[in-house]
Amino acid sequence: MTSDSVDIINAFALLTNFVLLPALSYGSQLALGALAVTLVYSVLRFSNFAQGDSMAFGTMIVILLTSFMISRGWTISGIPTALLVIPIAIVFTSMYLLTMDRLIYRHYRKIKAKSITIVMSSIGVMFVTGGIVRFVLGATAQKFEDGERFIFSVREFKAYTGLEQGIAFKTSQFLTITIAFLLVAFVFYFLQKTKTGKAMRAYSDNKELALLSGIDPDKMVQITWLLVAALTTIAGALYGLDKGFAPQQYHLLLLPIFASVIVGGIGSPIGAIAGAFLVAFSEILLTYAYKKFLIYLLPLSMHPSSLVQLIGTEYKYAISFVILVIVLLIKPTGLFKGKVIVDE
Amino acid sequence: MNNLNNIWQSYRAIITFSLMGFVLLFVGFNQSWALVIGIINMSLISAIMALGVNIQWGYAGLFNVGIMGFAALGGVSVVLISQQPVTEAIDVGGIKMLFALALGAATIAAGVLLNRRGVNKWLISLIVVIGYLFTRFYFSEASKLIEKVDPAITGYLGGFGLPIMLSWIVGGLAAAGAAWWIGKITLSLRSDYLAIATLGISEIIIYVIKNEDWFVRGLKNVYGLQRPVPYEVDMQKSEWLQNIVAWIHRSELQLLSQSEQISKLSDYVREASVVFVKLSYSGLFLLILIAFIMLSNLALNSPWGRKVRAIRDNEVAASAMGKNITRQHLQIFVIGSAIVGVAGALLVTYDGIFIPTAYQPLRFTFLIWVMVIVGGSGNNLGSVLGAFIMWFIWIQSGPIGLWAVEMLGNYVQEGNTSLEFIEDRVHYLRLIFMGSIMLLIMRFSPGGILPEKNKEL
Amino acid sequence: MAYLEGKNLVASYGVVPILHECSVEVEKGELAVIVGPNGAGKSTVMRVLLGMLNATSGSVTLDGKDISMLSTQDRISHGLAFVPQTKNVFPSMTVEENLQMGGFIRQDDINQTIEEVYALFPILYDKRKQLAEQLSGGQRQQVAFGRAMMTKPSIMLLDEPTAGVSPIVMDEIFSNILDVRNAGMAVLMVEQNAQQALNIADKGYVLVSGRNEHTGTGKELINNSEVRKKFLGG
Repeated sequence: MTSDSVDIINAFALLTNFVLLPALSYGSQLALGALAVTLVYSVLRFSNFAQGDSMAFGTMIVILLTSFMISRGWTISGIPTALLVIPIAIVFTSMYLLTMDRLIYRHYRKIKAKSITIVMSSIGVMFVTGGIVRFVLGATAQKFEDGERFIFSVREFKAYTGLEQGIAFKTSQFLTITIAFLLVAFVFYFLQKTKTGKAMRAYSDNKELALLSGIDPDKMVQITWLLVAALTTIAGALYGLDKGFAPQQYHLLLLPIFASVIVGGIGSPIGAIAGAFLVAFSEILLTYAYKKFLIYLLPLSMHPSSLVQLIGTEYKYAISFVILVIVLLIKPTGLFKGKVIVDE
Repeated sequence: MNNLNNIWQSYRAIITFSLMGFVLLFVGFNQSWALVIGIINMSLISAIMALGVNIQWGYAGLFNVGIMGFAALGGVSVVLISQQPVTEAIDVGGIKMLFALALGAATIAAGVLLNRRGVNKWLISLIVVIGYLFTRFYFSEASKLIEKVDPAITGYLGGFGLPIMLSWIVGGLAAAGAAWWIGKITLSLRSDYLAIATLGISEIIIYVIKNEDWFVRGLKNVYGLQRPVPYEVDMQKSEWLQNIVAWIHRSELQLLSQSEQISKLSDYVREASVVFVKLSYSGLFLLILIAFIMLSNLALNSPWGRKVRAIRDNEVAASAMGKNITRQHLQIFVIGSAIVGVAGALLVTYDGIFIPTAYQPLRFTFLIWVMVIVGGSGNNLGSVLGAFIMWFIWIQSGPIGLWAVEMLGNYVQEGNTSLEFIEDRVHYLRLIFMGSIMLLIMRFSPGGILPEKNKEL
Repeated sequence: MAYLEGKNLVASYGVVPILHECSVEVEKGELAVIVGPNGAGKSTVMRVLLGMLNATSGSVTLDGKDISMLSTQDRISHGLAFVPQTKNVFPSMTVEENLQMGGFIRQDDINQTIEEVYALFPILYDKRKQLAEQLSGGQRQQVAFGRAMMTKPSIMLLDEPTAGVSPIVMDEIFSNILDVRNAGMAVLMVEQNAQQALNIADKGYVLVSGRNEHTGTGKELINNSEVRKKFLGG
């Protein structure tokens, strides 16, 4: 900060590095989780409280497989090993989720239980799943990222552009944004264009009529869990690559995920994604300390002395909650008109 | 066989409570009476908490996933009411903090009022943002000043220095206030919104308690809380306790020499004083529990209660009859949460120490739910029974798990890494174990041990 | 033997008996109507014929074959189609997607059948990209018929197709039903508006407390003084 002049380019480089890129990748991770919650909600008709812990479960499998691969030396240089094992991890997570469905949720579907009863059982599943993950991996945080850390680093960026403020593009961010985009595109293509996807929407719209049209309910439920397993495992793995893995953190992801789903309009897939980015950007914009940003933009005499942080980082989960409350107060159906499922 | 079954059906409550009693007596004779009374006290507090949750779930089908938060509000009240004020901290930052909080409240009030008047939304947002920035500025100034005051011992404003029993009521009121706010927002919406919102608010309450040191000292904990019952040391000096203990052990003491008698007697008196203090707590908690049960039964048999039951048994018909379900649910939610708040205050009182990190969802939200479900959702006595059973299992599951690992250790070679691994992680099995109990009961015996009649899960 | 025949059907919901030895039959190219007071078991007959509720005794035959043991989905692939009274479309899907879902179990090309439905209900072609929930009541009923016709059924079962619609829409719906029958299908429907339904029916059943009270052609029943007095309001 050598000069007194206003430096817009560096200011925005700063924001790109500390707000835009982190928020885009965090938003992508939330979007996948929120999409999973939306699918379960639409097809199985309950808010799945086990989502955060299921993501931890999927990530656990990824971590175990990754360390196995590394111990055998089965890695490809430059690429995070976690990425290679995700397909196998999805298979394991699907098996787990399908088993839970078979043992627990199916019964409540059969007796046509109230949706709140199923929600309650999902809390049981949440604790069991969280317990398994903590038992296997412990509760402490760990990292499992290997391979190339950056697409380009701060130093490379500075050398290339000559700017004072560098931007680093982490591999995990690049992977998160690309994979999330592709996966969401696939899910939407599946739901809108394929026969099975349409049947799933039909089943979610009107179960009885779907039955009369020859749509097999069990198959729809299974396909839903398969999609959920893929979304869940990938979301969990990407979040872990980006920020490290800690069971408690995954458990608490439930709040921003639910906030995303409700903000977007519960039951609406597009809404879930829009909501996820809204929550992610709010969280990061509000907890970012703007001191340096303002120093770039303001003349010396007006430089702030404090951090200029709107909300302490420790309260980031409160932000999702406040957004949730505001939406419930102002527009309970969410930004995109969601589907409100009542007990039948 | 059939006969036995009939007896079981009609005396279910008596049989199960007696069985529980025998188990506790067994532990008392074999281990220690102080331990048993400790278990009973914790069970009683848990029972009060479970009662509050059961009122919400059993009477109105409201799913509260934030029990931990409401209990924590009760705990905070204990600190704020009973601790002595820290005059130095109040002098340096009290006024400023008060001003910051008032400013925050004024900002919110202005936002709400202007919104009602239909003022331009952007203007309102601007006002709220500016108000917030000023609030935050004064707030952080004030908290810094307060936290600097002798941080190792105080570093917070302290409380009002009032009798601790008052905090039980205040704890209930605080929880009721939070519940009213949450309920107002979510109860007219889908049923699972309440669950999500309570989950959120309880996590946030815990975050605030952990992070705002000026408030209740955050992670530094608050020690040495007041007591509503006498201290053990004082009891040991009291003559009548000594006399009673001497009389109980008279045959044994007669056989001993003078000096041995004195040392033995003082051992017994020390033990008795612990038991006596714990028993005094038991008395208090039992009184409160009974009062709550009686009140809730009275309420359920009043015209208000008839309305509650009408709505519970048939929501559609009741709403067709013009009964305002949302309002009714809000009342029940507030009452239930208030009871949880009281129990939360009792718990901190009993512990004599306020530890924010003790608030874990597994222990506070989930265990209480398992108590309600195991006991029989909708049935108040069931909740009490569930509380006793589950607390007993909870307390014993730690030692049993470790014992199991040790037993396993006898068959496995020394220094086996997988064994150390299990020893390290065994307490996480509790999560799996408790989750499984909940799922199994919901699946195979949704009525619980003491099922409520005419109630479907 | 008639094309679709339900013979001596007995059924109950839990312990509450609904049908006592009730029989109905319908031929191809014929419109049969079941009328009767509330709680007579009219809709239950449909559910039993469709296999959505199992009969405790009695048989259901289609073209001489016993289908009593088949699941709903199998009966549908054997040529039965059903239009429920309410919730008979997929509201958040387009008209075209509704029709595609109707033909879900078919392995062959369904576009030909979609064209046929559009030919029968031209308005649906214009609205094919619209969501079903955005259509008017009458149009939605057409989507419901269209969806049911997608399996190229030989028999259509309709549960109170005119419940809760205005008289003009009712006429429209009845004319739709006649179109369907004239296309060579057997149609069996349950109706509240007994007078109008019997007017266009080839055959009518009056059901009371789960028993056949009267049976005859539509004309016969309308002219039957007892039926008139009890069920048609004079």
